[in-house]
Amino acid sequence: MPRDESIRRVLMIGSGPIVIGQAAEFDYSGTQACRALREDGIEIILLNSNPATIMTDTAIADKVYIEPLTLETVERIIEVEKPDGILSGLGGQTALTLCMKLVRAGFLEKHGVRLLGASPETIDKAEDRELFKETMESIGQPCAKSTVVYTVDEALDFAREIGYPVIVRPAYTLGGTGGGIATDEASLRAIAESGIGQSPIGQILIERCVAGWKEIEFEVMRDCVGNVITICSMENVDPVGIHTGDSIVVAPALTLSDKEYQMLRTAALDIISALGVTGGCNVQFALNPDSFEYVVIEVNPRVSRSSALASKATGYPIAKVSTKLALGYTLDEIKNSVTGTTYAAFEPALDYVAVKMPKWPFDKFPGSSRTLGTQMKATGEVMTLADNFEAALIKAIRGAEIGADTLLLPRFREWGESDLWDITENATDERIFAIAELLRRGVAIDDIYKVSKIDKWFLAKIKNLVEYEISVTGVEITPDVYLRGKKLGYADSSLQRMSGSPLPPHIAPVYRMVDTCAGEFAAETPYFYAAYSTPEEGGEDESSEFIKKDAKTILVIGSGPIRIGQGIEFDYSSVHCVWALKRQGYDVVIVNNNPETVSTDFDTADRLYFEPPRLDDVMDIVRHEKPIGVVVAFGGQTAIRLVKGLHAAGVPILGTSADAIDIAEDRERFDKLLEKFNISRPKGCTVKTLDEALLAANMLGYPVLLRPSYVIGGQGMTIARSDVDTRSYMSAILAGGIENPVLIDKYMPGAELEVDVISDSEDILIPGIMEHIERAGIHSGDSIAVYPPYNLSERMEKKICEVSKKLAVALGTKGLVNIQYLVYSDELYVIEVNPRASRTIPYISKVTGVPMVDIAARVMVGERLRDIGYGTGLWRAPYCYAVKVPVFSFEKLTDADSILGPEMKSTGEVLGIGRTKTEALYKGLVASGLDVCSPADRREIGVLISVEDYDHKDAIALAEKFCDIGVRLYGTPDTAAAIRSHGIDIQTARDVWENNDIYDLVESKTINYIVYTGGVMDISVGDYRKLRHRAMQLGIPCMTSLDTASALADIIASHYNQYNTKLFDISTLSSTK
Amino acid sequence: MKQNSQTLYLVLENGRVFRGEPFGAEGEVMCEMVFATGMTGYMETLTDKSYAGHGVIQTFPIIGNYGVIPADMEGDKPYVSAYIVRECCDTPSNFRSSGTLDSWLKSYGVVGIKGIDTRSLTRLIRERGVMNGMITKNPEACDLEALRAYSVPKDVVPSVSVKTVEYHPGNEGGPRVVLLDCGYKKSILDCFLERGCSVYIVPALTSAKDITALSPDCILVTNGPGDPVNNPTIIETVRELWDTGIPIFGICLGHQIIALAHGFKTTKMKYGHRGENQPVRRHTDGRVFITAQNHGYTVVPESIDPKKGKLLYSNVNDGSCEGIEYTENGSFTVQFHPEAGAGPRDTRFIFDEFISRMKNRRAGDV
Repeated sequence: MPRDESIRRVLMIGSGPIVIGQAAEFDYSGTQACRALREDGIEIILLNSNPATIMTDTAIADKVYIEPLTLETVERIIEVEKPDGILSGLGGQTALTLCMKLVRAGFLEKHGVRLLGASPETIDKAEDRELFKETMESIGQPCAKSTVVYTVDEALDFAREIGYPVIVRPAYTLGGTGGGIATDEASLRAIAESGIGQSPIGQILIERCVAGWKEIEFEVMRDCVGNVITICSMENVDPVGIHTGDSIVVAPALTLSDKEYQMLRTAALDIISALGVTGGCNVQFALNPDSFEYVVIEVNPRVSRSSALASKATGYPIAKVSTKLALGYTLDEIKNSVTGTTYAAFEPALDYVAVKMPKWPFDKFPGSSRTLGTQMKATGEVMTLADNFEAALIKAIRGAEIGADTLLLPRFREWGESDLWDITENATDERIFAIAELLRRGVAIDDIYKVSKIDKWFLAKIKNLVEYEISVTGVEITPDVYLRGKKLGYADSSLQRMSGSPLPPHIAPVYRMVDTCAGEFAAETPYFYAAYSTPEEGGEDESSEFIKKDAKTILVIGSGPIRIGQGIEFDYSSVHCVWALKRQGYDVVIVNNNPETVSTDFDTADRLYFEPPRLDDVMDIVRHEKPIGVVVAFGGQTAIRLVKGLHAAGVPILGTSADAIDIAEDRERFDKLLEKFNISRPKGCTVKTLDEALLAANMLGYPVLLRPSYVIGGQGMTIARSDVDTRSYMSAILAGGIENPVLIDKYMPGAELEVDVISDSEDILIPGIMEHIERAGIHSGDSIAVYPPYNLSERMEKKICEVSKKLAVALGTKGLVNIQYLVYSDELYVIEVNPRASRTIPYISKVTGVPMVDIAARVMVGERLRDIGYGTGLWRAPYCYAVKVPVFSFEKLTDADSILGPEMKSTGEVLGIGRTKTEALYKGLVASGLDVCSPADRREIGVLISVEDYDHKDAIALAEKFCDIGVRLYGTPDTAAAIRSHGIDIQTARDVWENNDIYDLVESKTINYIVYTGGVMDISVGDYRKLRHRAMQLGIPCMTSLDTASALADIIASHYNQYNTKLFDISTLSSTK
Repeated sequence: MKQNSQTLYLVLENGRVFRGEPFGAEGEVMCEMVFATGMTGYMETLTDKSYAGHGVIQTFPIIGNYGVIPADMEGDKPYVSAYIVRECCDTPSNFRSSGTLDSWLKSYGVVGIKGIDTRSLTRLIRERGVMNGMITKNPEACDLEALRAYSVPKDVVPSVSVKTVEYHPGNEGGPRVVLLDCGYKKSILDCFLERGCSVYIVPALTSAKDITALSPDCILVTNGPGDPVNNPTIIETVRELWDTGIPIFGICLGHQIIALAHGFKTTKMKYGHRGENQPVRRHTDGRVFITAQNHGYTVVPESIDPKKGKLLYSNVNDGSCEGIEYTENGSFTVQFHPEAGAGPRDTRFIFDEFISRMKNRRAGDV
């Protein structure tokens, strides 16, 4: 059936900011969908609040709205743009929920807009717990015994009936938010209450717990005439009980016999047929490991994280095909773009195994619980391909950048067995290492199985690896053993370290193609992975024939898994670099291991190596591809970290030199450079002991900023305001074993500014200067950044340009450099220089219209800035304000401390564009999910203020602002007293440890916002952490910076609402007057 | 991937040698090398009589994960001549597993070779077409002339067929089915039994007279190994049976034999279809189904006499013939395996069609 010709304009909704449970995978699927629409000549109107995405490029869509993902905004855009249809299944849960809201409001019908892909009935059947159960029953598919409840009492009643443990699943939430396993009445009471609070319809499901069963997923597709196929099966190494996003996952399923496999495959196809999905769908099963009994856990009638993984694991472009199916094509009409000769109506056959490993943010939240459960905690993931499970697993561990490259976690060597058993039973992110340690100590697989319920097949493979590691530790490795190590996935550097002796001659891998068909048909797409297969075994390299003779090849290093501090922005930059270099006529090769990204789509680069972007793996690719240079500037710290090794191996680094990168990172060298140009930076020094630290802190004068040297993303930073703080910080750092000195800087609470500079080492181009709303001390990634600056004198602006040029030129920058400044007492200080693409590149590129990555890439390969056509110096002032607002995932990390500081904690960001700074801020905050109250609503607005003594002055100014717009103020005793002494009306609420005053205010929603700047080392921290968590559950924002709160006050006073803002199509932004 | 001092070689008829390690039984064996792309179902594959005379290369690199599950056997023993894998699991795990594949193959004398690059081997066969191969410890001594001359024995079908008639009773008054056994898979029998049929399994060389004496409601010519043209007796039997008006169905080799009985042509494919992911299109309504397949020969679509039959199913990828509807007596045949085992069960409705067609006929008789 050819496509429906009546569809000419389609609205595509993205998934918004990166949060835990919804990451870059929707940029990948959305971008792929847009390209599929383009192929059919369909005009695309794109809406997404996330500026770091590739889908929001004007090259991808015809009209691009970076606006809040709210019902009001979508309605306004539909009214203006009048699309024929709207795609519901490609923007994650966010887009799906928005589409359902539009349907329920009757808005789509009224405006003649069709929902493409899944119909509203289909979505309801899959998403509404009750309807879902009914549907499954009607086709004889078993679900775990369960019931839908709306109150805690009903939950308790049902649990009494079916017995504990039970699983709580809130309806319509993302990544299992608010759910969990309850083992008794007390825990059920707590989880049920939280779940009801977090479900937008106050509905939760109480379900028989099948924890410990095998968790098997199927990605299936259906077209509008009812043809159904399976794309991929996946098996979670961690059985049911741990969210699939937090599980190590293999594709295809490895422990199922054909009978079990076909039983579940048939069930998945029956389910998609019964739901009537047109497009891709994910079905999750729990399978009893001791019988054929199974239950359906969940169905997602849309593309998902799992479908992105399945696409990369098989080569089958699920998002693209889903889009075509939504347009009315049938599966047998769509070409398989990998083989170019077969059709989308087939099931991929794999001749390798894919392993996915999650990446968790626990390093950012010390003290927060690492225990995994039904609520997802990972921010990102890596995938690896190999022809055996062991190699795929080891490569995944190496590529996850968790400081491990084998199954040995040295810390665990010291642990007692009972602690290891504890992790084995109550999984944390480190469970696999605990299991390896137990195996290392001779514990039997059967015993580990009993506790972990991880299939013995996987345990036996882990044991293989442990035995190999033991066998090579401290002994010289023979060529045979070395080959075996390479086949098991180990890097030379790991083998060398374990052995302690020189290795036999290096063995290079062969690169095999991912072709969707296990070699049955010839394939065209150059998508490769490394395997170790000797010529005697028949090994042959498949990528060589794709390497063009005489082509100038450039290797671009990707940014690895999404994590806090290194998000989707770096994939945006990597992809744009690839595209720019391709346009310049180079043969561009990319290496990356993140399955969620556009960079690892098979048609982004000329050749894709799906390998860990680590030195050993990259060097193998370099030796194989012989590039004229390697680009490290766009892959975040993952890529920058390779510089030393690549440089030492004589590999040319394109752009800024390895030496310049070292100058920027080495404090002493950097200080010398600053001195040379007479540029100031906050006073500071390095210390190694507590006494030195105390001395230095007192010399500099409190407050001081303390941080270990050689870290990224502000890891382990703190602001100390007294000797107590310094002592506490230093003892924590010293306990962890200090290798590099601790840096102590004078902390200056000034205005923070940031620039991304493009330089060809002669000239510079500054597309824009950003000013942070929050004063220095809060990580730039967690600050609200305003472009253009709103409080910067002309003199200071000029100085910033001058200093930026001096630094960029002195460092010999070829490409991008990000510089962070501090203005304090009318003095300019340099805080940090990063000679690479930063996370603000996509945002500034979009709002200024300056294609920064493209220009930087061209400069890297030798073009001069002044010849490129964007001029030099500071780019012209814009006609609008654009505000980047960070978004956090605290509701997923229930015990993480949400106080902002020098350590980055946000997972994503949104953009607000407005005619004024306030309008832009308003839109940014709304887009970030903040409920911005309006006095026009005529409801009482209440704010609770609780600040440290040193913040009283600012708190009084803030209280005055709130007071002026009629906000009712509440304060903890000291804060309230300070504010009241200035004649401002404020009610006192007793501190949390005294009585329930504050909780009463929170529960009754008398207060709408909390402003809290308590110390991080205070005894009250724990109490307030709980309070903030409860507030978050109730949707009450908690601001930990007075600057953010002050901006909020301005916005409330401004009377902006979701109907009177201007909507910007950024494709016309640079010409907007 | 354990270290093993033993080495074993696979020599192809073009002289290419792959080095691997032994598993299963020891020995030297010559056979036709084919690759199978299914990711599950090695028990079914190994015991499928259609693979008699063949060395099966599994493209999926990790085989033996769930050990040996006797209940999943399609035949009474393994029928492959040799088994070629990248890695064979010696620590299987499954609640039904009764041991390792290695020891099971040993017990049946089936030679295996592991550790060779099965992807390269598959790509080679894809490019050059099906080749003969020899598994040997001594590749230098391999007589390539003799190797090239090898072919699956002409009498392979009778050799794998049952020797005497087997009867499996079904529901009282249920349809009576005769399986003309060219190397049937147990799943075919199961699919009929599940639908209440009584089934006679008769040896491949049973005469038409003896078959009609069983007064069947339908006859199914089953799958089996080898070149269909090597079965003149069965082809003749089918011709004779056709005149009785009893619906005759065919699966795989049976489909090819029935085509030959009507004077249509078959041909050897470059490397065949062996896997669980082959899409076929039903011409009556354009619907597409994913099927399990295992064949190296195919019916030439142009040779189908439109007066006698027409294409019912075609392969979506290469357009090859996947099923024929015959104009007389309501018979139809399929090239794919609707019984699955191993593979998708999406076309098991074919058995319901068989039954409804024979019932129609019965109703017509009354």
